[in-house]
Amino acid sequence: MLRNTILAATGAAMTAFAAHAEPVEITWWHAMGGQLGETVNEIAKGFNESQDAYQITPVYKGGYEDTLTATIAAFRAGEQPNVVQVFDAGAATIIGAKGAVVPAEDLIQEAGVAFDANDYIDGVRYFYADSDGKMIGMPFNSSTPILYYNVEALEAAGVEPPKTWEEFEAIAPQIKEAGYTPLAQSHLPWIFTENFMSRHNIPFATNANGFEGVAGTEILPETAAIEAHFDKLAAWNEAGLFGFYGAAWGANQTPFENGEVAMWLGSSGSFGGLRNAVDFPFSATYLPYWEGVTESPTNTFIGGAALFAMAGHPEEENTATAEFFKYLSSPDVQLMWHQQTGYVPITKAAYEKAQEIGYYDEVPQAEVGIQQLSLPGGAWSKGYRMGFYVQIRDVMNREYAQVINGEKSAAEAFEVIKAEGNKLLDRFAKTMN
Amino acid sequence: MKKAQFNSRWMPYALLMPQMAIIGIFFLWPAAEAIRSSFYLEDPFFGTGTFVGFENYSNVLTDPNYRRSAVFTAAFTLTVVFVSLGLGLLFAVSADRVLRGQQTYKTLLMWVYAIAPPVAGLIGVMLFDQHIGPLTDAAAAIGWNLQIGVDYWDTAVAITVVSAWKQIPYNFIFFLSALQSIPSSVKEAAAIDCRSETRRFWTVTFPLLAPMTFFLMILNTTYALFETFGTVDLMVQDQPGNSPVTLVYKVYRDGFRGNDLGGSAAQSVILMVLVLVLTIAQFRLIERRVHYS
Repeated sequence: MLRNTILAATGAAMTAFAAHAEPVEITWWHAMGGQLGETVNEIAKGFNESQDAYQITPVYKGGYEDTLTATIAAFRAGEQPNVVQVFDAGAATIIGAKGAVVPAEDLIQEAGVAFDANDYIDGVRYFYADSDGKMIGMPFNSSTPILYYNVEALEAAGVEPPKTWEEFEAIAPQIKEAGYTPLAQSHLPWIFTENFMSRHNIPFATNANGFEGVAGTEILPETAAIEAHFDKLAAWNEAGLFGFYGAAWGANQTPFENGEVAMWLGSSGSFGGLRNAVDFPFSATYLPYWEGVTESPTNTFIGGAALFAMAGHPEEENTATAEFFKYLSSPDVQLMWHQQTGYVPITKAAYEKAQEIGYYDEVPQAEVGIQQLSLPGGAWSKGYRMGFYVQIRDVMNREYAQVINGEKSAAEAFEVIKAEGNKLLDRFAKTMN
Repeated sequence: MKKAQFNSRWMPYALLMPQMAIIGIFFLWPAAEAIRSSFYLEDPFFGTGTFVGFENYSNVLTDPNYRRSAVFTAAFTLTVVFVSLGLGLLFAVSADRVLRGQQTYKTLLMWVYAIAPPVAGLIGVMLFDQHIGPLTDAAAAIGWNLQIGVDYWDTAVAITVVSAWKQIPYNFIFFLSALQSIPSSVKEAAAIDCRSETRRFWTVTFPLLAPMTFFLMILNTTYALFETFGTVDLMVQDQPGNSPVTLVYKVYRDGFRGNDLGGSAAQSVILMVLVLVLTIAQFRLIERRVHYS
């Protein structure tokens, strides 16, 4: 008995010693390049310095798609990282692969770390959750589309930033007369499709926007409002009230930074970069809505990416991952991330902290994204979950360009998007057996 | 005469093994794997999925967008091959004729080849950029509102120009060496028989260049079909949208970006068959007219 106790004690001491001498190492694959990558490294460094039991190593794996592809290849070879950053359009792929990831909520609870899903901001917590609301991914860089405007341009035109598209139609000719292209945007599928549906609380797909299962999910069951919107866009483009510079993000942001475009729809996460790039005063407001469609517009949902804990790792590494998630969600880290990048804080505590220190008095633009995410929600504004969604976005980009260039009507384009989209969803369902 | 012989009858096979192993591991096995997965719709993480027979193939072949890519790829390949071969030959003939400063001309014409394809793509992107591109400005001066990434045809022109430009020096080097290996006695004899330089070129010089032209044609076709991938990827800035893309880019897009392994594998197999048919056709039809000696 005594011997056993001594043995156990020695064992425990050894473990403690080992833990002290050699921290549990985990890896984190991410897709944050440039300045964002620096901030990611700073977070990892902060975590490593905050304790000595765990050590996280961030690895930049290229863009979002590259990171997901690298993760899949690594998973099949049994060499997957502990934590991987997966973007919104890839969520269905990684969540759908049952057993590839450990749900963030389970991971944290099994590690004995306190967790309450209600700590997270509403617009954020549902997007990477399953249909029961259990968080599978840990939201990380969360953003939402907002309207940026060049203050001088709107003053020159003598107009106020529009709340609705009806208002935009009324003021756009004046902005054009002041010598600016009134409007541009950087991501038609994200801003003018996914969030268009969310803002107007219109179903984006059957099966609760795809959350309730892959089989039989059909995209865009109601297209009347969005068809009208795209017909308007084509008309505005024709009349010089809307600038379209292709499907690439940067090509559409540049004319706003150059002062050619007066208003630009981009990501709330673009704020940090814009602040460094432009030399004119700019501000931001909510994504406009059609008053003719709804009088009570709902929240938008988040874009960006979440962190997923990959399955197939020893328990101690999973505990390390859980501790890291906890550290990442702490108000101080969230606040730092929010301030340096412009991505929204994901917890209510971090948001309150930013308010407390008066951050939004200083830069009110930084609050627009989170306010918009916190707007009252509706049945269809929680997000979407669709497979082969990267290809569906490709189809949308192709068709939308043809609508805006005047090559086909919105009605024709949406026929194609629905047909090709549903075919892709159907094919995706077959990969899930 | 004494024949060199191996002591063991297995020796030749043993010596062949390394090469066969490389072919097996890097060509045959992946090809077989591509054929296998083209009959499935798989979950990318676990490789489990549904056997769907020829559905991936019928799906690709009935897709109007795939046909659009195929038509573009064919037109693109033909244009790139003819433009880069034509200009490469023109420059080689010109450089061959220059007596003074020949080295400088040659170096100037060749150094583009030292540029890696992605860098060439990047230079192309900058030249054709909507906001700062000098070529876009030049086009605007003649009233052409060139917008890559927005207009299908503008993007097609830009991708073709950059891809052809990249390949000209390669063809130039080979044509120049072929021209210089034509014996001067042949040229002198031709000069005595015929005064017209153009005629001499087409009746004497060009037929002598035929083996080289044939070789370059095959290499340029492969280049246009497969190696322009980096250029296309950069020109469309990762968002194909309404822009024209080559079939190889589509394989990559669907397979590696969209994780549609089955659909992408079916496209790869179609490309494999296409290249096979093309190579056989080139050897059967054209090589007959080429005389090597």
